[in-house]
Amino acid sequence: MDITKMTALEIGKAIKSKAFTSVEAVTAFLDKIRETDRELNAYITVCAQEAIQRAKSVQEKINKGETTSPLAGVPVSIKDNICTNAVKTSCASKILGNFTPVYNATVMDKAEEAGLIMLGKLNMDEFAMGSTTETSFYGPVKNPWDISCSPGGSSGGAAAAVAAGEAAIALGSDSDGGIRQPAAHCSVTGFKPTYGAVSRNGLSAYASSFDQIGPIAKDVADCAAMTDIICGKDPLDGTSLDIKHPGYLNSLTDDVRGMRIGFYNECLEDGAGTDVARLIGDASKIFEEMGSTVEEIGLPFLNYVVPVNYIIACAQASSNLSRFDGTKYGFRSKEYNGVNDLYSATRGEGFGDEVKKRIIFGTFVLSSGYYDAFYNKALRVRALIKEQLDEIFSKYDLIICPVTEKSASKLGESLRANSKMYKEDIFTAAANIGGLPALSVPCGLDKRNMPVGMQLIGQRLDDVTVLSAGYAFQQRTVFHKLTAGGDSR
Amino acid sequence: MTWETVMGLEVHVELSTKSKIFCSCTTQFGGEPNTHCCPGCWGMPGTLPVLNEKVLEYALKAGLALNCEITRYNQFDRKNYFYPDLTKAYQISQIYLPFARNGYVDIVTRSGEEKRIRIHEIHMEEDAGKLIHSAYGDYTYPDFNRCGIALIEIVSKPDFRSSQEVIAYLEQIKSTLEYLGISDVKMEEGSLRADVNLSVRPLGSDKLGIRTEMKNINSFKSIERAIDYETSRHIETLETGGLLVQETRRWDDNKGKTFSMRSKENSRDYRFFPDPDIPPISISEEFLLQLKAQQPELAHEKKVRYMSQYGLSEYEARLLTESKFLAKLFEETVELSKNPKETAVWMLGDMMYLMKEQSLEASKLCISHEQFAAFITAVASGKINRTVAKPIFEKVFASHDFDVNKYIKANNLLQINDEDIIKQVAKEVINENPGTVDEYKSGKNKVFSFFVGQTMKKLHGKANPSTVNAIVSEELEKI
Repeated sequence: MDITKMTALEIGKAIKSKAFTSVEAVTAFLDKIRETDRELNAYITVCAQEAIQRAKSVQEKINKGETTSPLAGVPVSIKDNICTNAVKTSCASKILGNFTPVYNATVMDKAEEAGLIMLGKLNMDEFAMGSTTETSFYGPVKNPWDISCSPGGSSGGAAAAVAAGEAAIALGSDSDGGIRQPAAHCSVTGFKPTYGAVSRNGLSAYASSFDQIGPIAKDVADCAAMTDIICGKDPLDGTSLDIKHPGYLNSLTDDVRGMRIGFYNECLEDGAGTDVARLIGDASKIFEEMGSTVEEIGLPFLNYVVPVNYIIACAQASSNLSRFDGTKYGFRSKEYNGVNDLYSATRGEGFGDEVKKRIIFGTFVLSSGYYDAFYNKALRVRALIKEQLDEIFSKYDLIICPVTEKSASKLGESLRANSKMYKEDIFTAAANIGGLPALSVPCGLDKRNMPVGMQLIGQRLDDVTVLSAGYAFQQRTVFHKLTAGGDSR
Repeated sequence: MTWETVMGLEVHVELSTKSKIFCSCTTQFGGEPNTHCCPGCWGMPGTLPVLNEKVLEYALKAGLALNCEITRYNQFDRKNYFYPDLTKAYQISQIYLPFARNGYVDIVTRSGEEKRIRIHEIHMEEDAGKLIHSAYGDYTYPDFNRCGIALIEIVSKPDFRSSQEVIAYLEQIKSTLEYLGISDVKMEEGSLRADVNLSVRPLGSDKLGIRTEMKNINSFKSIERAIDYETSRHIETLETGGLLVQETRRWDDNKGKTFSMRSKENSRDYRFFPDPDIPPISISEEFLLQLKAQQPELAHEKKVRYMSQYGLSEYEARLLTESKFLAKLFEETVELSKNPKETAVWMLGDMMYLMKEQSLEASKLCISHEQFAAFITAVASGKINRTVAKPIFEKVFASHDFDVNKYIKANNLLQINDEDIIKQVAKEVINENPGTVDEYKSGKNKVFSFFVGQTMKKLHGKANPSTVNAIVSEELEKI
């Protein structure tokens, strides 16, 4: 039995039935990290001793029956932009390279409350700005399917770690596809819940209107179980929603008969793109076989998604990242002359190129005289896109579309062609603009033998339908069980 | 040339909610540096603002009392700039949709002139921290305790023409907010701060001149000085052919001058945009009606009532109602003493004198209304005379625990009304001073007061003065 190949729910169940202990589970993953992470670089920080200590105490609680969560005793790995008390939280940036929070993100508190054990902090694009995890100050993460390829991003460390068996389950963040795109590139399952379903408190903000924490896991059931743990209204986040969550794991059903699915599969590029289209097309047929109605639809707003997303995200980021100025915590430049120089030297040395580029762009679109032409206009276009999405969801329960046009790019490729990297978000960013729940599930390998993901997008607050559709698909398919080594889980 | 000064005011008021505007940290004044803080106050990553609803309530009360239109759909915006006292590098404020607009304040200046000052808008925002610059080295120590204290900024129209009007306006605002119980409104603690926008123009012109904004004015006294200084500076510059620039200037109270802080060319681009962390807030008609119903009687209404109900003059009523604390003391005292006139006389006379002498704010008065009422009753009923009363009032004023009746009894200070006793003493005085009697008889009426004084003295000042007068006169006539 290889614990690192089991799903989080399987591990939780095994611990409960005393097949093995939480400490053994934690140790198995730590061993795996030691074995493969030198190459993959998925982790920034590994908390080996703390995790084993905590596993012991959680095990006692499980034995006494004090912790009953289905994921009690299971190790969890956390993207490094989610604050963890007393554990360095760098956002993969030099500027926070020495920052250790004195508080937990709400999702961390909730995960610990449910008996999960924090294994370490995952590599990512610096401040979640990127789609390849190459903008990290700590070096790029490699795709376990092909180490010359990127795992995607920005939660590339999370997707790679889960795919390689270095993590049982992970928490990532998604502002324009940051969970779903790396999940697709690494053949794991990634879920971005409805905006506001999960508290953002303690998540270092990139694009406040779009950021959402969600799970990256080996299958949909694990994602649902994790969402159950982290969701809920938070008094520390005014944008968290005061709604009744249905119990996502228990609501899963493989009955998708009568589900109305709008299907969009026009990949814009030739070549590898058509390969993706073929796999998504095949996947949609499975839904038809399961009794859903699948109709091709248009997504008239698609060309506006990326510009709107980038204008709003970069504008907000330029403000959100201003607090990193070297005066209070984090990195401070050694040499400066006066306070203004302290700011520019610290930020000049502390931020990487991609972050600087987006801060400058965001500062520009908010500048006096340009606000109406860019930011305000982007807000208005966002409202129109939302209207069009509502229109679609008045007729359909679900949208199926690709996660990306292509499978994972070669490392270094995107950095050379920046606007191409931005365009990668064309299918994913709409869900962030609309605040919609969206899921990425593996749907096969392309001709390069690299994983491809299918995206399921649901109406706002209808996370259950999205998860159930993904769950039903995984009951009928084995794509999510494929691992990088060629064998299946 | 005759010049006219034109001014507009930006008044910042700290609201007295128990916790800060976007977190649950205490708002108490003082405290060791950086102890009234949480990760949010320190601007740490991932922390989010959550609006304290009490702040909204307080702000709306101010908006209603200052006769404003209330914005129903409210949002907060970010004002972005770098400064070490601003931990997030943006201040959460209201730029695009201030919660209140188009209000007014009716003022009466010291010289009795009445005027309406229009309010352009009022918005909510958070305060920044304080920077303490080391006197010994090249260091600055930030204290973030004040970060996130709730403020409202009341922006007037350029309706002021004199420092008298400015002071009357500030006193009126202070009074109103005090009555509403939503701020301590203390200039010396910084809970009331006023920035003055000032320009001058030839009298009769309807064009506005180049304006400067003065910051860092910390007392009512400084406001007058700062306005006078800046007005002369403007006029002198213009009359000597100099050039005024639109800029922000800092008032230096010690030097009695203003100094340039930053010019318009160097003004910051704040890159305002709606704060995505705070969902918009809709204000219902019902909530507004509820707040209106809660509004206490304010100074003006009180003044009118005091005049009709208690028969006080406009002047008396105005002085008594300016401060919530004075009005409260007056009403509670009258409730027990049933003597508004006598109460008003003592409050406006001896009490105001003592307050001024000790520079004591009305909010800091420790006088007990029960003892004050006992005192008023003792005076009005003739139990004690006014000579004796004065020092007793000082004791009532100084201590909450002072017991008036006990003191009068213990020190045997009851007024002597017994005519036989007074007559006897008056006779003694007349007999002891035959020379002075002769002077009186020869027509020197002035010495009459000598006999009254001596009689009073022998009775330890406790005798009823009018009785003494009558008896001394009577006895002198007999001779």
